[in-house]
Amino acid sequence: MPTIIDKIWDAHVVSSAADAPSLLYIDLHLVHEVTSPQAFDGLRARGIRVRRPDLTFATVDHSIPTTPPEWPVQDEVAARQVATLEANCAEYGIPCAGRGHPNQGIVHVIGPELGLTRPGMTIVCGDSHTATHGAFAALAFGIGTSEVEMVLASQCLLQRRPKTLRIEVAGRLPAAVSAKDLVLAIIARIGVDGGTGHVIEYAGDLVRALSMEQRMTLCNMSIEAGARGGLVAPDEATFDYLAGRPSAPTGAAWDQSVARWRALATDEGATFDRHVSIDGRSLSPMITFGTNPGMGVAIDAPVPDPTSIEDPVARQALRRALDYMKVEAGKPLLGLHVDVVFIGSCTNGRLSDLREAAAMFRGRRVAPGVRALVVPGSQQVKREAEAEGIDRVFREAGAEWREPGCSMCIAMNGDQLQPGQCAVSTGNRNFEGRQGPGGRTLLASPATAAAAAVTGVVTDPRHLPGHTGSFAGRWS
Amino acid sequence: MTPTRDPIIRFEGPAVALARNNIDTDQIIPARFLKTTSRTGLGASLFADWRMEADLTPRPGFILNSPAALGAAVLVAGWNFGCGSSREHAPWALADFGFRAVIAASFADIFRQNALKNGLLPIQLSPSIHAGLLSRVEAEPGAIVAVDLEKQVVTLPGGETSAFTIDPFARACLLAGVDEIGYVLRQSDAIARFEVARGLAAPHRR
Repeated sequence: MPTIIDKIWDAHVVSSAADAPSLLYIDLHLVHEVTSPQAFDGLRARGIRVRRPDLTFATVDHSIPTTPPEWPVQDEVAARQVATLEANCAEYGIPCAGRGHPNQGIVHVIGPELGLTRPGMTIVCGDSHTATHGAFAALAFGIGTSEVEMVLASQCLLQRRPKTLRIEVAGRLPAAVSAKDLVLAIIARIGVDGGTGHVIEYAGDLVRALSMEQRMTLCNMSIEAGARGGLVAPDEATFDYLAGRPSAPTGAAWDQSVARWRALATDEGATFDRHVSIDGRSLSPMITFGTNPGMGVAIDAPVPDPTSIEDPVARQALRRALDYMKVEAGKPLLGLHVDVVFIGSCTNGRLSDLREAAAMFRGRRVAPGVRALVVPGSQQVKREAEAEGIDRVFREAGAEWREPGCSMCIAMNGDQLQPGQCAVSTGNRNFEGRQGPGGRTLLASPATAAAAAVTGVVTDPRHLPGHTGSFAGRWS
Repeated sequence: MTPTRDPIIRFEGPAVALARNNIDTDQIIPARFLKTTSRTGLGASLFADWRMEADLTPRPGFILNSPAALGAAVLVAGWNFGCGSSREHAPWALADFGFRAVIAASFADIFRQNALKNGLLPIQLSPSIHAGLLSRVEAEPGAIVAVDLEKQVVTLPGGETSAFTIDPFARACLLAGVDEIGYVLRQSDAIARFEVARGLAAPHRR
């Protein structure tokens, strides 16, 4: 009785030799400017070609500015990295949505948008948030640059079969609670290494009821629980999303594909190495208080007190995190002063995220002294948001409406915090200095981030009228 | 197989400790140093935000700034070392600084893979032995640790030994000094057969 993970794995094993990892065929290799240049250099040194440029797709997202493309270059080193990717793609015949291309965007936003991401596929990228594509029932995971080189060279990866973890979420998302809150709650529950060695299947009534964009947010942060991959079985929502996408099959091939995709679901009676059950009805908006994504609490719950922790190492780690973050133990973060709000990233940079944030901004102003950045996940998201007039809502509120990219989630493009500044961010990591050296990051949903932008302090989005409820598309 | 790098069989050297759990790759090398297109020279940016003040002067008291870190070959850290970003710049920076092994109570998956591909040994010891080693090296930075990859044994500063395991395939590659890409490329025929069988044969090259 195989799980969905076993089915996808087994269908991609090219060979298994005794004592060696399996040779796993990769259906789609996504490439960006930061983790690929050394891999292309490796190919050159070996004098070999890219085996399957047609199964490879590149874009620029991490180090590009989010200012208009016609503005002068500020960072020569980053510009050279972008130019290197574009030159490598030209040399090896890899399709590339470079700067200014209508399909450019964060690599994990554009894969699904273009229909490159489809159920049953194996997908890799030199980026740990590749699990995002698991929302479409793809076995998708992040790899390092040596592995990028291996996949470019052979379209295969040497991998040991992962262990399997099923996380079953019952119930429905309460109003104003988003997929981001769900995944932050999962990470807080199982810990930042709770999924190490595993691929997660997210299942249960609540997961089934999530939109595709919400599923992407959920799968995206699997790595923050240590799991390289996380996926959701395909269903009508998956097929509805994919139908008509540029790279999706059409006609008879579509019908055959859907039939094949339906068969991917975990068989009745299949066994997982581990199980976790979560009751969705008890979920609240979440916020992180510390320096890893597992240090999160319900927004109205007190920050844990180090003196209440028995394990000395964990106590010391919590104390250190609270010192760095300059937050007080034993009381909620509500009311904490915020300098910057960042809305965007591969976690929360899609249209439904922007709608959720816009609902909070509508008719309000960004609080004095707060800088609010809204960064669409792709050119397509930007176009769609502008067609709906969402960009005007942000601009009229006093927020910055930027060009697509990873921006302040990784802060390597000039969009960054100043030392000591506190940000509510819809990104995926709150590590020390993640958004700029000395910066302090609180991870939250788009609604919670927007609520902080308009009030200037950490605010429970349920207390501000305008929240959209739990489902994408309800805002209009 | 033809060796493409120096084989790793056994070595010994000074160890330093960072007694923290969940050391993420953003700490090992912050993102602003990832704009390079090279894999060399990253040791200068290793743990940059812990090692240096904002004005780039060394931060006193940080272990990698101490004399004991000169020539250090082994880094001892806590649980879940290398979590977060998949950046291979993290093992590149550690290796460029001079580290040949990281000893931890556990490792994040992607870091472990990346380290093995760069001849940096991710050595996981049992929690109790690891805890003892961590406090020993914290108290005595520069204490000598010996690593024998062939026998999969570390010799701790007190002379006691502890077994560890490295993925057998990665270990064989490291002992022979061969890289995994060469191994995979020799399976081109099997890959081509797989592509044909799955209807994935390559379109005609332009």
